[in-house]
Amino acid sequence: MKYLEEYRDPLLAKRLLDRIAATAERVGKNVTIMEVCGSHTQAIGRYGIRKLLPPAIRLISGPGCPVCVTSASHVDRALWLADREGLIFATFGDMMRVPGTEGASLQRLRASGADVRVVSSAMDCIAMAQGEQKREVVFMGIGFETTAPTIASMVQASRKRGIGNLSVFSVHKIVPPALKILVEDPQINLDGFLCPGHVSIILGSAAYAFLPEAGKAAIIAGFEPVDIIEGVLLLLEQLERGKPEVVIQYSRVVRPEGNPRALAVMDEVFETGDAEWRGLGTIPGSGLFFRREYESFDAEKRFDVPEIHGQDNPGCSCGTVLKGLMDPEECPLFRRVCTPANPVGPCMVSSEGSCAAHYRYG
Amino acid sequence: MCIAFPGKILSIDENGLAVVDISGVQREVCIDLLAEEVRPGDYVISHAGYAIQRIDEEAAEENLALLKEILDHEVP
Repeated sequence: MKYLEEYRDPLLAKRLLDRIAATAERVGKNVTIMEVCGSHTQAIGRYGIRKLLPPAIRLISGPGCPVCVTSASHVDRALWLADREGLIFATFGDMMRVPGTEGASLQRLRASGADVRVVSSAMDCIAMAQGEQKREVVFMGIGFETTAPTIASMVQASRKRGIGNLSVFSVHKIVPPALKILVEDPQINLDGFLCPGHVSIILGSAAYAFLPEAGKAAIIAGFEPVDIIEGVLLLLEQLERGKPEVVIQYSRVVRPEGNPRALAVMDEVFETGDAEWRGLGTIPGSGLFFRREYESFDAEKRFDVPEIHGQDNPGCSCGTVLKGLMDPEECPLFRRVCTPANPVGPCMVSSEGSCAAHYRYG
Repeated sequence: MCIAFPGKILSIDENGLAVVDISGVQREVCIDLLAEEVRPGDYVISHAGYAIQRIDEEAAEENLALLKEILDHEVP
């Protein structure tokens, strides 16, 4: 496939790695880089990139896996909804095994008879609602800026078609407020960020201006091995120059202005509000909630979903791992109790979670 | 979860649905979220049933030319 193979060239990767080694030597200190996005974490694991970098360069995983940062309370509330008599609960597959309080999950609920269905696109819910007009369909709206516009677009399309039995339980979050929290945390000491490539397609580069202002290098990188390795090189070059800025490596799809149409669709349906993140706590302005004009699509309001204070497994370290403060291997549950087949926390559930990536690729 | 795939547009219907060839598999994607106009033959990147950006072939060529330079020259 064009736009994939070119970025998987092993010799090119080698040449870039040689340059990284030379640049790292000139930078002359230990460098810690956070890859924010879960898809980066997965690609870095799959291609063994961590081991190809000089020992002075450390890549740590951030809070960029939407499933991993969904709080136990949100999972419990989704389970409350999915358990309503006669209701169809539709979700992306990633969410199925994410544990709420005491290990409850959508998968277990389905096994005990609830009608939980996996879809690959929000659009699939429209046909589902049209095909089951006597039943309510609730879609679990999860994901960052990449995904939220697709759900907003689906909601607009449902309104246009007069569909009355479809709503969304929105736990959508946006990335920049979480990065701000990480930058302001004195415990977390980072030299720079590999910013999420597909989130940035929508957001553009200006949304990260606060990173260089805080002295952090920022590269918006793609997901193929050459993209990621070039991203690391560009980041080191910034450190060498001593002048942090936001640079787009993934220029074939990321524009400085982002995707203004997708932003407008998202903004018409959703407004921002405070949201709870697993591991990071409540972050002001980081959640997406239905605007009043679209509140008839809000499953929370339609079904009067109660407040539920969920409990993480007390031994689970996902919260600390998500901030990059703990390596998955350092968690006492890792590999002993917590495995992909039997996950205790969300970072082991999602294939993009840093625990799952460490388990699989080391 | 924010996974997205490049693909080539094969056709577009009047409802804003495009058929895209993604690594040899034909998928239907909605093009309502694209800010830029696209035609069959253009490449787009798609996520969860929606095309979310047109691939800028010029920017890609520019980046690849730069990478080619790197490929042809070992670290001095």
